[in-house]
Amino acid sequence: MKIHEYQARSIMAAVGIPIPPSEVVDRGEDAAKVFKKIGSKQVVVKAQVHAGGRGKAGYVKLVGTADEAAQHATRMLREPMVSVQTGPQGVKVRKVLLADAVEIAKEYYLGVVLDRAKRVPVLMASAEGGVEIEEVAKKHPDAIKKAWFHPHLGLQKFQTDALASQIGLSGDKAKAASDIMLKLGKLFLDKDCSIAEINPLVETKDGRILALDAKFNFDDNGLFRHADIMEMFDPAEENPNELRAKEFNLSYIALDGNIGCLVNGAGLAMATMDIIKLHGGEPANFLDVGGSVTPEGAVEAFRIILSDSRVKAILVNIFGGIAKCDVIADALIKAAKEVGFKVPVVVRLEGTNVEIARKMLKDAAIPQLHAATDLTDAAKKVCSFV
Amino acid sequence: MSILVDRNTRVLCQGITGKAGAFHTKHCLEYGTKMVGGVTPGKGGQKSEHGLPVFNTVHEAVAGTGADATMIFVPAPGAAAAAMEAADAGIKLVVLITEGVPAVDMVKARKYLDDKGVRMIGPNCPGIISPGQCKIGIMPGYIHTPPAKGKKSVGIISRSGTLTYEAVWQCSQRGFAQSTCVGIGGDPVKGLNYIELLQLFNDDPETDAIVMIGEIGGTDEENAAAFAKKNISKPVVAFIAGQTAPPGRRMGHAGAIISGGEGTAQSKMAALRDAGIAVCDSPATMGETLAKRLG
Repeated sequence: MKIHEYQARSIMAAVGIPIPPSEVVDRGEDAAKVFKKIGSKQVVVKAQVHAGGRGKAGYVKLVGTADEAAQHATRMLREPMVSVQTGPQGVKVRKVLLADAVEIAKEYYLGVVLDRAKRVPVLMASAEGGVEIEEVAKKHPDAIKKAWFHPHLGLQKFQTDALASQIGLSGDKAKAASDIMLKLGKLFLDKDCSIAEINPLVETKDGRILALDAKFNFDDNGLFRHADIMEMFDPAEENPNELRAKEFNLSYIALDGNIGCLVNGAGLAMATMDIIKLHGGEPANFLDVGGSVTPEGAVEAFRIILSDSRVKAILVNIFGGIAKCDVIADALIKAAKEVGFKVPVVVRLEGTNVEIARKMLKDAAIPQLHAATDLTDAAKKVCSFV
Repeated sequence: MSILVDRNTRVLCQGITGKAGAFHTKHCLEYGTKMVGGVTPGKGGQKSEHGLPVFNTVHEAVAGTGADATMIFVPAPGAAAAAMEAADAGIKLVVLITEGVPAVDMVKARKYLDDKGVRMIGPNCPGIISPGQCKIGIMPGYIHTPPAKGKKSVGIISRSGTLTYEAVWQCSQRGFAQSTCVGIGGDPVKGLNYIELLQLFNDDPETDAIVMIGEIGGTDEENAAAFAKKNISKPVVAFIAGQTAPPGRRMGHAGAIISGGEGTAQSKMAALRDAGIAVCDSPATMGETLAKRLG
């Protein structure tokens, strides 16, 4: 799960990670008041959206007067932000953050992620802050210093002291940075993060160490024990079909193609997308109905796929294990009646109760259904319809 | 022969009185697995619906049944603790089926199990089956083919559930038996991984070839490729799911995500090919490719 920058700031503030004074507004006219309240010569106005590329899109602005602050905030809240990450339709901005624009002497990077190969979290620190860490990793991998957590003891102070020194800090600044690193490491574990990143961490001209921007992502599997984080969920940032799917325990991801997919199992669902592409088609979605799918859930899955007007054909690929083929056949028949198929549906069934399912579908004689003998046959057939 | 489990493996079910635990214990028993008991705190002394003894703790269950493996269906919040309890009680193989276990919990549990020399399969996995002998998990037993004279046997390692069934089905259709199939699970932090299993299959005299099924996310397949290049003498066939997956999106499995330029299918396929492994472009050609490799 992703959260907004202003929410990340509140999490950092709560554990004592120093951040510049800031406030969030949802009306342009409030920005002028906040500008005066911050009382600084310069304030940065930042659109609060999950999509990146805000700076280049003109949705991060440095302002010197209350009027300017109100102007930019109003514009950001009125006009959808179009960036490299949003697509041409852009995204609506609902909140704008105003923060004291401190004078920066130097920028650093701090980030905690899970090192899957070592099976422990790792804290990465770099003196090259303010840019994407992936870029640094490509160009100057030596500039990224790392400390791995002990699986049971977490991150230790001697490790963060060493990292602070390795990125070129000394004295009180090193102490402050080390303390922030320890707090960030603890946050990662305490809040079940999947990414906890401060970028940039800055040294100000007056010698303070502050977190200027932060990105926190959370492990969905850990959310059940963090009511405070779950409250930060912003449904406006999500694809409505993906939200609807979640309610029915379906795992759905919208893609750009025109062949809808309905599959059981995440691996098989990905493989189904791959085989469509291999035969010249483009998948419209990833959809895993899961092992314990109910007829209602499967009918809803068809509704979601069919609500995407780009879909010109559907491929149903089921290898029955716990999920039984007859449940899917039942759902197909119900969906044909309740939703109605306006596009051809190619069906490939194998596994548990396949014979019952095949007979059900044969008896139902739904004109849009096309049975496939195997996976390749299914992919070829569905691609021939678009 | 098989790896890790066989007809003598004595299996417990943790969460045996829950819906999923009871359902799959029944199917494992029907398959012929030596299920010897179950654990549900607070229900010790009762019999399960299958007539198996239920214990309050894994320690009591091991003492009462001589179990050496466990199949865990405990809900996600308590799943890691259930695995550690099993390890502490002397269980040697933990099969953790539960989906949705927090990664931070698995970081801790894996270390705890490693320190006790206990092997784990999962979490978020279909389990393990040695066809004709022992099934610990949720896979449909009947699609598998037990080893027999005159039949070549394949070992299967996979991060995915249904895609494993697909591979098993294609192997069975072409007349190949399976020595053991292991679903290692779709989470970022897990128990047994490709490298350990490649080694076990390479050392198993009954396994003639290995099918390995990977997916996007992490670098386990790349690491396995490097290991196989040096250490594996048997033919290996591979498929990687997610060649068309967009970066930055979690594709169903917690571990199936391309992030920071790492974990693409293309990188994995290139590494496997470089190691001399036969990589299928299509999930429909795993059986066919295997037949070619085995001649």
